[in-house]
Amino acid sequence: MTATRPLLEAHLVVDRGVFRLDLAVSAAAGEVVALLGPNGAGKTTALRALAGLLPLDGGHIDLAGERLDDPATRRFLPAERRPTGVVFQDYLLFPHLTAVENVAFGPRCRGVRRREAREQATAWLRRVGLAEHAHRRPGELSGGQAQRVALARALAVRPALLLLDEPLAALDARGRLDTRAELHRHLADHAGATLLVTHDPLDAMVLADRLIIVEDGRVVQEGDATAVTARPRTEYVARLVGLNLYRGRGAGTTVTVDDSFTLTVTEPLHGDVFVAFPPAAVALHAEPARDGAGTCWRGTVSGVERHGDNVRVRLTGPVTALADVTPATAAELRLHPGLPLWASVAPAQTRAYPAA
Amino acid sequence: MTALREAPPDARRGDGRSPNRRRRAGSRAPLLLVVPAVIGLVFLLLPLAGLLVRTPWTTLPQRLTAPGVLDALRLSLLSATLATIVCVVLGVPLAWLLARTSFPGQRLVRALVTVPLVLPPVVGGVALLLVFGRRGLLGGWLDATFGVTLAFTTTGVVLAETFVAMPFLVIAVEGALRAADPRFEEAAATLGASRWTAFRRVTLPLVAPGVAAGAVLCWARALGEFGATITFAGNYPGRTQTMPLAVYLALETDLQAAVVLSLVLLVVSVAILAGLRHRWITAS
Repeated sequence: MTATRPLLEAHLVVDRGVFRLDLAVSAAAGEVVALLGPNGAGKTTALRALAGLLPLDGGHIDLAGERLDDPATRRFLPAERRPTGVVFQDYLLFPHLTAVENVAFGPRCRGVRRREAREQATAWLRRVGLAEHAHRRPGELSGGQAQRVALARALAVRPALLLLDEPLAALDARGRLDTRAELHRHLADHAGATLLVTHDPLDAMVLADRLIIVEDGRVVQEGDATAVTARPRTEYVARLVGLNLYRGRGAGTTVTVDDSFTLTVTEPLHGDVFVAFPPAAVALHAEPARDGAGTCWRGTVSGVERHGDNVRVRLTGPVTALADVTPATAAELRLHPGLPLWASVAPAQTRAYPAA
Repeated sequence: MTALREAPPDARRGDGRSPNRRRRAGSRAPLLLVVPAVIGLVFLLLPLAGLLVRTPWTTLPQRLTAPGVLDALRLSLLSATLATIVCVVLGVPLAWLLARTSFPGQRLVRALVTVPLVLPPVVGGVALLLVFGRRGLLGGWLDATFGVTLAFTTTGVVLAETFVAMPFLVIAVEGALRAADPRFEEAAATLGASRWTAFRRVTLPLVAPGVAAGAVLCWARALGEFGATITFAGNYPGRTQTMPLAVYLALETDLQAAVVLSLVLLVVSVAILAGLRHRWITAS
C-alpha cells in the first residue's frame, strides 16, 4: 500500500467457538476490494462486522479516520451510526415501500427533509437507469432491477465504505452478465472504498482492483487478479483459476512432492515451493514418454468431461491432476474412468515460485 | 397396462363393481372422519339456529329500542374498542420484546403472558379486584393519592377486558414478528435507522396483517367478556353492564329479551369477523 493511510483499515477478529475469523482488510478511497473465498470461509461474517451488525471480539475497524469498533477500549459504533452502505445478497428491499421510497429511506433516516430525500432518491434511480420504475414495489421488479435499486439505496447514504454481499449471486446467467458490467461502472464512480464479498472468481476479477482470498477465516492470498491467477497459493485458488498446483521441496530444477513424486521445472529454486501448470500442459500417452526431459508419471483416469472445445481428464496416481486433451486424443486413447495411462509435463510449461 | 392408463380414474378403481360404489370411492373421505366432522359442525351451528328460531321477529324492533339494550350495546362496543386499543398499545411492544430480544427469564415471561388465556375469567376478575380494588394493593394507593377508583366503573370494564384479551394480541403479533425476516431491520440499521425508526417504518408495516388479526381476535374476546367483568366491575346498567351481562340478567327475568340481546351480539360478532376475515385473518 502507499504511504497515505487507507480509508479503511481493519483487523477483524470474531470468535465463534468452532470458527474463528481473523483477517486484516484495508481499502483506499476509490478502491474496490473483493473478499473471495469458498462458502463458510467467513466472508459474510467479515462484512457484517464491518457494517456494525456484529461486534468484533478482537482487532479494530478504522474508517475515514474514525474508530468504529475496538473491543479493547469497549468502543462499538452501531450500524445506524456508521458511514457504511450495504447491498445484501437478497437485497432486502422493503416490500411495503416503492423503489423511490426504498432509496429515500437512508437519506430520511439521516435527517434529510422528505422532499429533498425524494429528489435525491429519484436522481439515484435515474443514475441506475430505473427512473421509470420509481413507483413500483420490489415485488414488481425483476432480479436485476431489484439489484440496482438496492445499489442505489446503499449509495444514497453516500457511504465512505460500500459493502456488497454476493451482489450477483441472486441473478440468472443473463442478468448477471448485464448487471456485472453495469455494477463495474457504478463502483468505478464511487468515491469511497468498496468491499465486495463473493465466491465467484469472475465477479471478483471483473469488479475488483484487488483480491483478498479468504479460507477458514484467514487471508491465504492477496493481490491483483494477474498476480493471483499467475501464482495461486492454495488448492482453492488454483481450482478457481484452473491450474494444477503442487507444494513441495525444491532442489535446483527438481521439486519433490509428497516425498515420492518429482517434478522438473526450469527455474532453480530451493526450499518450500509451489509448482503450477495448466491442464492443457499435461500430455497423455498410452506408453511412457520416450524423451526423459519432462516429468512423466503413471496415473489412472477417474473422470472425463467436456471442457470447452477440449476434454478434461481427472487423473489419480502419485498426485491428482487435471489434463485437457483434444477430442481426437481422447478418442485415440479410448479414455474412460479406470483406464491406466502415462502423463507428462514439459518443464517449460510449469511455473515454480517460493511458498514461504 | 396401456389400457388401464387410458381409462378414466374412477373406472379403473370400480372395475367390476357397482356404479354406486364407484362414485363413493372417488370422494375418498373415510366415514370415521366424516361422521364426527358432521356431528361437530351440527353441534356448532345448532345452537345458533335455535337462537334464530326462538327470536321474536315480530316484536324485534320494539325490543331493540327498549331502554337499556342500546345502552348495553354502546357500552360493549366502546369498552371492547378501548380495551383493544390498550391491548395494541401495550401488547405490540410486549410481543416485540418476546420475539426480537433475549433477556433472562424470557421463556417464563412468555408462559406468564398466556396465563389469562387459560385462567378462568372469574379468577382473573378476583385477581384484578385484589390489586386494583379500592382496598387492593394498587387500588388503595390510587384511591388515596389520585382519588381514582377503578373497580365497579366503566374503566374497570375496560381493564377486565384488556386483561383477558391481551394474550390473543400478543400471541398473534409475536407469531407475525417471528415470521417476518429480522434482516429487514438490519437493512434499515445500515441505512441509518435507529431501532425505533426501524420498528416504526419497517417492522410494523411488515407485521400489520398480524397486528390486525390479533386486534380482531382481541376485540371479539373483549366483546364477549363476562366473568372477569362481572367480578371486577359489577353489573350496573349504563355504567358497567355490557351486552353479555345484560343477556345474563335478562335470562333470569325475560327470556325473550335475552334472546334478542344474544342475537344482537351474534350479528355484531359475525359481521365484524366476516368483514375482516378475508382481508386480514387469512392474509397472516
